[in-house]
Amino acid sequence: MKSGNWKPWALLAPSLSAVFFLLVIPVCFIVVYSFWLRAPSGADIPAFQFGNYAKFFEDFFYPKILIRTIRISFETVIVCVIMGYIPAYYFYRSQSRYKKAFLLLIMLPFWVSFIIRTMSWINIMGDTGLINHFLLKIGLIQSPISMLYNEFTVLMGLIMYLLPFMVLNIYVSLEGIDKSLLEAARCMGCTEWQAFREVTLPLSLPGVSAGCLLVFVLTAGTYLPPMILGGPSNDMIANLIFKRVIGTLDWPFGSAISVILLSLLFVIVWTYNRYLGINQIFKSFQGN
Amino acid sequence: MTSGNKQPMVQFKGIFKRFGNVVAVEKMDFDIEAGSLVTLLGPSGCGKTTLLRMVAGLEEPTEGDIFIKGARINDTPIHKRNLGMIFQNYALFPHKTIFDNVAFGLKYRSVSKEQIREKVTRALEMVRLPGVENRMPSQLSGGQQQRIAMARAIVIEPDVLLMDEPLSALDENLREEMRREVDNLQQMLGVTTIFVTHDQREALSMSDKILVMKDGSKQQEGHPETVYNEPANHFVADFLGHSNFIQGEVIGIDSDHITVKIETGDVLVAKNRGGFSTGDRVEMIVRAQRFDAFRKDGFTPQEGMNSFQGRIKDRSYMGGEVSYFIELGTEREIHVISLMRTRIYNIGEEVSVQVSPHHCHLIPLE
Repeated sequence: MKSGNWKPWALLAPSLSAVFFLLVIPVCFIVVYSFWLRAPSGADIPAFQFGNYAKFFEDFFYPKILIRTIRISFETVIVCVIMGYIPAYYFYRSQSRYKKAFLLLIMLPFWVSFIIRTMSWINIMGDTGLINHFLLKIGLIQSPISMLYNEFTVLMGLIMYLLPFMVLNIYVSLEGIDKSLLEAARCMGCTEWQAFREVTLPLSLPGVSAGCLLVFVLTAGTYLPPMILGGPSNDMIANLIFKRVIGTLDWPFGSAISVILLSLLFVIVWTYNRYLGINQIFKSFQGN
Repeated sequence: MTSGNKQPMVQFKGIFKRFGNVVAVEKMDFDIEAGSLVTLLGPSGCGKTTLLRMVAGLEEPTEGDIFIKGARINDTPIHKRNLGMIFQNYALFPHKTIFDNVAFGLKYRSVSKEQIREKVTRALEMVRLPGVENRMPSQLSGGQQQRIAMARAIVIEPDVLLMDEPLSALDENLREEMRREVDNLQQMLGVTTIFVTHDQREALSMSDKILVMKDGSKQQEGHPETVYNEPANHFVADFLGHSNFIQGEVIGIDSDHITVKIETGDVLVAKNRGGFSTGDRVEMIVRAQRFDAFRKDGFTPQEGMNSFQGRIKDRSYMGGEVSYFIELGTEREIHVISLMRTRIYNIGEEVSVQVSPHHCHLIPLE
């Protein structure tokens, strides 16, 4: 062993121990818990059996929520790509000296608590919210329209939460494109639109796909927007875990669902890394 | 229309380009003959690249007109100009194969698939890189990428080839080789070429005509030999090659020679190329390579030559040549580059220096 090899480890030690004690060990606990039994009295009995997993796949109730989670995650990803590409492209092309300030505005939502931001939709779209209040005032409607607590509002809450991740990922990818490539394309006979299609779009795809992965994983694991903005039929898998663990204190079953979700996300991340490379995600946090 | 028999391929007429308050190009009038290779030469920030980019359409002139083949192109969109542009960093599309890179321009020119294949193959042969069609740009070396960039630009048979410091990213030896290759290719195709560089050796070795620029304005245009041997002003003389500047006053003129009394009190003779009269304040420019240094002992100046006495103050050995700084009697020193036809002189050694009036070029003192 060469002397001085300890240095990187010494520097990594705080974060490695944090990851180990706060992430790896708790996850191990959850995996262990998922094999335990729950006595009718409510006590957890240590065991090694697959009953909790069997229960999940026993009928269509739980898998349906898993499928809904995947569907909503895909929907969120698609809307975020479309809504995120446009501002990212605008910032990339902008010559404004306020460009940096605009980018900061994209980060602004992160300064306000996610719960507060999600709850604020109730003040806007609720029965006594801003929109209904306004419509009643001008006499367009006689009684409040019920707009909240459906899949649309859940999706809206998710998009509001995740759009900045998408915008930043795409923006960084666009910013990395050498502008002379576009000039070269233009000189060789491309119109501006053709140059976008031939050069900008394909070269920004790594950022788009990194944004998609991030948004998908975050959506699949979140429970706040469905809890605050959704109805009972809009529950996602994380809500189910929340209800089992916090609501009915059924830790073994809650843990089993967590492990199922974790495995699903692991498969997705693994597949992504296999074909697209995970490095791109880190690029967007490095800035330029 | 010009009075000559041939219409210039590219014409700049009264071009100004301002970025805010900064003047990038100032009152540029310049013609480029069809089939010639013209170099825009100058230090960085002199406006040479801006001028090139205006031809391509990547910048718009603030004032003035640009003509290609006699037609004003100011308002022609970039993609309809039919120009080949080569960028400093090659600008190959990293996500496309070499074939798709080279074929790119043809795709937008209604050329049949078969013809595209044929033309791409031929272009790659021309840049001496046949058979790399299926590789990606990142798999090629810098020099090879530059060749592909060239193939991509010439395959569309452009009216004008625009090259923006294409060789500056290459290392010294490769640059030399590529310079000759660009030169050969240009002559073979006979395509009008505008070549931007800050490298005087590139400019001198390749060009049919050099346009020397400084701070956005034209300093001199002409054949490399003219620009080098008869610089129009101090800047041009200083920018190209190693020059000695000696200030003085014209004290006599005859049909062949101008006699100049320099600061030190010595009297030097320059060839009379016209344009000066007695009493004019002038600057005499002598290239460092034009001096010959001799041992002081036993030196007798040749008839009609200018000569000085001096002492070697400093020298640097550069392999093929030796660069001397020779201190003359007074504060003044001159720079002499000797090809070592004699022995190498030592620091402190007394020498005699001689230069022919033919190599003494006069410009008005600025």
